[in-house]
Amino acid sequence: MKNHKRLLGIAASGAALATVAACSSGSGGGGSTATNIPTLTGDCAKYQAYAGYSGKTVTLFGSILSPESDSLNSSWADFSKCTGITIQYSGSNTFESDLPVKVNGGNAPDLAIIPQPGLLQQMVQTGAVKKPPAQTVKNEDNWSAAWKSYGSVNGTFYAAPMSANMKTLVWYSPKFFQDHGYTVPTTWADLMSLSAKMAKDMTGTSKPWCGGIGSGTASGWPATDWLEEIVLSSQGGQVYDDWISHKVKFSDPQIQQAMQTVQGWMLNPAWVNGGYGGVKTIATTTFQNAGLPILKNQCGMLQQASFYEAQWPKGTKVGPDGDVFAFYLPPVSSSVTTPVEGGGEFVTAFADDGATQAVQNYLSSPEWADSRIKVAPGWVSANEKVDQSLYTDPIDKLSAKYLADPNATFRFDASDAMPAAVGSGAEWKAMVDWFGSGKSIKDVAAEIDAAWPTS
Amino acid sequence: MATSTPLLASSALGQAASTLLGVIEAIGGFIAILLIVFFIAGRVTGRLQKPLAILITLGPALLLVVIGLVIPAIETINLSFKNQQFLGQLDTKYVGFKNYTYAFGDSYTQHTILRTLLWLLIVPALSVGVGLLASLLMDRMTHTGLPKTLIFLPTAISFVGAAVIWSYVYNYVDPRNPQTGLLSEVAIKLGWHNPPNWLITAPLNTFLEMVIMIWIQAGFAMVVLGAALKSIPDEVIESARLDGAEGFKLFRTIQIPMIRNTLIVVITTVMITTLKVFDIVFTINNGNFSTDVLARQMYADMFVTSQVSRGAALAVIIFVCVIPIMYFNIRQLRSEREIR
Amino acid sequence: MTTTPVAVTPAPQEPLKGQAAVKAVRKTFSSPLASAIVALIAAVWTIPTLGLFVNSFRSKTDGATTGWWNFFIHPSFSLSGYHDVLFNEGGLIQPLINSLAITLPATIIPIFIASMAGYALAWMPFRGSDVIFFTLFALQVVPLQMALVPLQKFYTHGLQLFGLTIIPSPHLNGSLAQIWLSHTMFSLPLAVFLLHNFIAQLPSSLIEAARVDGASYLRIFQSVVLPLSMPAIASFAIFQFLWVWNDLLVAKTFGGSDPATQPVTARMANLVGNFGAHLELLAPAGFLTIVVPLIVFLALQRYFVRGLLAGSVKG
Repeated sequence: MKNHKRLLGIAASGAALATVAACSSGSGGGGSTATNIPTLTGDCAKYQAYAGYSGKTVTLFGSILSPESDSLNSSWADFSKCTGITIQYSGSNTFESDLPVKVNGGNAPDLAIIPQPGLLQQMVQTGAVKKPPAQTVKNEDNWSAAWKSYGSVNGTFYAAPMSANMKTLVWYSPKFFQDHGYTVPTTWADLMSLSAKMAKDMTGTSKPWCGGIGSGTASGWPATDWLEEIVLSSQGGQVYDDWISHKVKFSDPQIQQAMQTVQGWMLNPAWVNGGYGGVKTIATTTFQNAGLPILKNQCGMLQQASFYEAQWPKGTKVGPDGDVFAFYLPPVSSSVTTPVEGGGEFVTAFADDGATQAVQNYLSSPEWADSRIKVAPGWVSANEKVDQSLYTDPIDKLSAKYLADPNATFRFDASDAMPAAVGSGAEWKAMVDWFGSGKSIKDVAAEIDAAWPTS
Repeated sequence: MATSTPLLASSALGQAASTLLGVIEAIGGFIAILLIVFFIAGRVTGRLQKPLAILITLGPALLLVVIGLVIPAIETINLSFKNQQFLGQLDTKYVGFKNYTYAFGDSYTQHTILRTLLWLLIVPALSVGVGLLASLLMDRMTHTGLPKTLIFLPTAISFVGAAVIWSYVYNYVDPRNPQTGLLSEVAIKLGWHNPPNWLITAPLNTFLEMVIMIWIQAGFAMVVLGAALKSIPDEVIESARLDGAEGFKLFRTIQIPMIRNTLIVVITTVMITTLKVFDIVFTINNGNFSTDVLARQMYADMFVTSQVSRGAALAVIIFVCVIPIMYFNIRQLRSEREIR
Repeated sequence: MTTTPVAVTPAPQEPLKGQAAVKAVRKTFSSPLASAIVALIAAVWTIPTLGLFVNSFRSKTDGATTGWWNFFIHPSFSLSGYHDVLFNEGGLIQPLINSLAITLPATIIPIFIASMAGYALAWMPFRGSDVIFFTLFALQVVPLQMALVPLQKFYTHGLQLFGLTIIPSPHLNGSLAQIWLSHTMFSLPLAVFLLHNFIAQLPSSLIEAARVDGASYLRIFQSVVLPLSMPAIASFAIFQFLWVWNDLLVAKTFGGSDPATQPVTARMANLVGNFGAHLELLAPAGFLTIVVPLIVFLALQRYFVRGLLAGSVKG
């Protein structure tokens, strides 16, 4: 099968050049000069720019699993039907370790959906990543400069962003808030005084905050998000960027100060862990279960990303007047304009045949994003050209509002951008130690700094 | 096939049939090739017969082992002297024993090594102990089908499945809430009102994880040892009993010596599995809370945290750990062969 | 022990033989205490799995908030887990077949290759055969993970040493044959060791008789060694089957990118979903996947009568 495809790829390379030319000429009309490019008509006309590769298969590998992957498959079903390009998606829950093995073993997928800029950087350094076609580069202007920089390595753009998620959110129960006369806080000081007030009102294992950082082999990541949000919203984007590149160390005063803030918030024995017990239970509670006590009024608030929406049990109504909803986590320092921490994926190419590039172009277009939004809620794009009116889900609307805000200080999840030895190793482990074993801030910072790769 | 519409039932069945057909073809083809090779080589007589027979029977195994194990082992040893961080990194260089001095100098890794040795001592001893006890007792019984199947059952369960199963045992919930973990429930019922959070309490958690491994391996030990015990001729036991050997004495003087070799093989196999298997530690705690073992740390270094060469050094250390076990085994086998 | 000596129960006409004698001896040695201990071990060994079994029938919320033993006090049935596992994503049928398609060849191929090697090392000694045997045994140590990248390279590019192509690319990329071969390679050290031990203990009189009759070395393997080794082969087959069936790492690394070729383990991992969103599905899925290896064990169990390594005891 693979050989078959490779042969076709060679045969198609001539056609590929023709299409790239057609793309850069702008119009997607039928006036193509190459004789082997069919003219798509009717509903298919809009896919003309991608035509000419009928019968080809493009393999796509990512970390997205069912049911989200089913939505992906539906989102490009029309594209496949019209262009005749089969997109064969496969997902793995250990994508991050599988991809390097596949690529290094010479069995790379045509396209990979990489969620970590750090991993993208590594892949580029192996020399296996192909530069994107001109149209993808052009589509990239629809994203903010920050997004473009996370898809670039050493200033060269490689991978277009795909989905986006919003991390700077706090989940709560609107009804619980209303019953007790709590109001959604808009400043950090408000949030702190609300927490203190709640702590007084609640008894037993009920607490104002709940949290869980257990996530199997990725245990610890939710806590890195807490720290990242505080670093970004108290120190600003520049310190955050320097922190990622280790110009600012974990042991430096800016980060130490942020860690103190987290300590007073999510490691505060009077405030956590609602519904579960003491601070240490944060280390063992899975992040999936972390917010469930909110439904039983045993927990006031949970800081978790927009994708936490999928964790609520079936039948939970999400919205401003529903069982649960989310508010924007207010910034610690007012000098940082609308800090937004987010995550997302980047479509990276390991092949440069025409069909692969056509798919790459399509996935970076606002048309595809619109198509994906229409399939199912729970998916947001940071593409500024996306039709915002298509979002139906209140959380999607809320996230999109902040993610597409040109004035926001947007930053990508820092641990995903740091070297893997830290971002998916030492930092996760240190967070678990911090919450689970009561390690001191100083020791936690020293442990992470020591793991930073030297060469 | 371009759309993701559900396949028709008939085409799904068709696919299933074609998959299985392909498998039957492959197996059939493999056996056919063997038969043809045997047939042709069988014509050869004289001086060449034996070398050719050796080549045909031993060759495939050697070739596969060289490709699948020897070359990777050499590559790993080579890697362990480099400074490679991630797979496929282009600008790597040799750094001598740096990765080894790091492994033995780093206090985290030191603890990992010591913990791994603890696993090596406890797990084989207890799994083989339980397996031996069960097989000895059942050797004297008539209806052993059910208990044998029940004890063997965990051996048939994947490590991921085992981790899920044991999460229902070790789960910790605040004592004021309803319990979901069996161990806490039992502890509370027995009067221990505030049981610890089992899986994050070191060093207890390491032993609790060993229990899972013992649970899986005991069935293997039981089945193999049981088979060995069964093969002791009944006349031997009968005459020993007539000589007055009973219970423990019979066990010590007749049964154990007669299955000694099997016992050694089982212990070795469990030891090697213990050393290599990282799935339990990986899925339960990911090595957090002082539970890390060499195999997990090696895996993480190589595939998760981009420290390939450090991981390779750990792999070599694992290899070296096993050499004494292998040496003992080989000496045993040698002496056994000489007697024969 | 309230045992009656064996000598008391001989049949007057003829001494007990075969099965009857075995039964008499076994019966003599059984005792209530032994039965109690066995029952206890079996119970302790089963309780954890029972928890999984019970939870597989409970709803997600019940399973997450109360212990499984509550089921016996407040029974609550929910088949939604099984429903999701069996019918979501086109069901578990195709993955089950894929698992069989992976497991059967990956069990049968090493049996032949290993028994041939075991035979060669046991009955055709040559200079260095001991060294080969012990080296093979020692290779058990090589951790599987180390071999993934080199093997992947081999399947794509063939075997190259110092820039010289020694074996051209086998063109196996993406096919099931990769998985079969990988499992075969990883199983060989133990398989050769176990089968060799059995084959080496076959009565030499049989093999010598065959040689006197003029049978060639290969002929002897086919007609004498292979049939007589069935008990050991069956024992090895069970363990190899279980190992391959439960494997996720090899299947995932060498499996094609097509979800239609996924084995059950990979499908299970995917069912659990992004961020482990559907952990509750693991219980029913886990149970469905245990069934097949269990059937295999029960079916082949009787071959253990002679059993694995039986040859290592003189009989």
